[in-house]
Amino acid sequence: MSWSREEMIRRAATEVLPGTVVNLGIGMPTEVANFIPLDGSVTLHSENGLLGMGPYPTDNQIDPQLINAGKQTVTALPGASTFDSALSFAMIRGGHIDLAILGGLEVACNGDLANWTVPGKLITGMGGAMDLAAGARRVVVLQSHVSKDGKPKLVSQLSLPATALGCANRVITELGVFDTAGDCFICVVRADGVNQQVIEQSTAARVLFTTITAGRG
Amino acid sequence: MSYTSPPIEKVFPKVESALSGLLHDGMSIMSGGFGLCGNAEACIEAIARSRVKNLTIISNNCGNAGQGLAVLLKNRQVSRVICSFVGGNPDLAELYMKGQVKVELAPQGTFAERIRAGGSGIAGFYTPTGVGTVVAEGKEVREIDGKRYVLERPLRADLAIVRAAYGDIDGNLRFYRTARNFNPLMAMAADVTIAEVDKLVHRGAIDPDDVHLPGIFVKRIVEVREHRNVIEHRTTRTLVGRAGSSGESGA
Repeated sequence: MSWSREEMIRRAATEVLPGTVVNLGIGMPTEVANFIPLDGSVTLHSENGLLGMGPYPTDNQIDPQLINAGKQTVTALPGASTFDSALSFAMIRGGHIDLAILGGLEVACNGDLANWTVPGKLITGMGGAMDLAAGARRVVVLQSHVSKDGKPKLVSQLSLPATALGCANRVITELGVFDTAGDCFICVVRADGVNQQVIEQSTAARVLFTTITAGRG
Repeated sequence: MSYTSPPIEKVFPKVESALSGLLHDGMSIMSGGFGLCGNAEACIEAIARSRVKNLTIISNNCGNAGQGLAVLLKNRQVSRVICSFVGGNPDLAELYMKGQVKVELAPQGTFAERIRAGGSGIAGFYTPTGVGTVVAEGKEVREIDGKRYVLERPLRADLAIVRAAYGDIDGNLRFYRTARNFNPLMAMAADVTIAEVDKLVHRGAIDPDDVHLPGIFVKRIVEVREHRNVIEHRTTRTLVGRAGSSGESGA
């Protein structure tokens, strides 16, 4: 057994602490917003120029000019602010964003992250990924443990073009929670029913295991 | 000089007249907007009709989903694009893959800051973004106080077309929500800036403290009351549930 997609997202939501400013990347990380408190204790930043982002609008709240970085319609909570892109990225680069939860293609045990391009595939561009990876105070990567064709995505050295070096602090996959520790990963939580052997076989880097046993996402 | 006869030469009745004398083949144009949000829609359409070509477009996405600046791509009016994100823009991806349009990708924060620098008389800046990646190739990388930074250079353009919610006859602008994005930065970084505003107001109608971009950066202003404001990903919720009801995750 391993964690379901929703269990992974719920596990990522536990990374979001009260009183912090958080940026959620496009895709699965965006869905983390569904599992964090809406009481204003967490401030969501969207790099297209919104601090204090709220949930998706109801039908009659839709505003075409109020969107997130994935170009989805969103809302602004009371106390929100809007600003230009240079100021938005000053928040990111300047260390004002406590946590970024990003998608990943590869994470190396030294914290190097690749999540923006695969050579030979259709280009999409890096958007804000490089700034977020390099600038956020803490980076948690939410990704599958292996690629669709079974290749490990937790590695000792990146094979894909880097997004930023030494930036990723933690990786959450369907097999557990892994901290980057320089020359190895430290598995801090194993998903239910996932043994060390499965993790070792699916990881292209050394993994150390803490004594903490499996927990629910 | 009299305070009772305000200079109104900035105000143009139509986008065509606002653009007159400015367009030429081979020029560079900055266009505000994040995807299709905050686009100077009427200016883009007028540039498409003009058939001016060999353009360098500086824009975060250069249109999306076949709309906005993507129309200029389909018309083959664009030879080069400087942007941060191409996902969701099949026209640009296709022309780039065929080698028919040059694409220069920049990290979004670097892209924004290069434009800000271009409008601010800053010759370059050192940013941590891109160190150890393809972005740093061919650029100076310097260690400052123990951390490595990439030297990035400013961006400027011949023309900027920006969108604002309100503008007064002196070109003072006020933006709306996330339609602000790159608009005020680009307005600062071009030889001529045209502001396309939803509502043109009289002098003094915008409180000085509420001016987001001072009129000094705006050469021409035109009121366009109707905008399409295309929604790229309509995501909603019911009041009961919290999760979005749309299947699209967007990009």
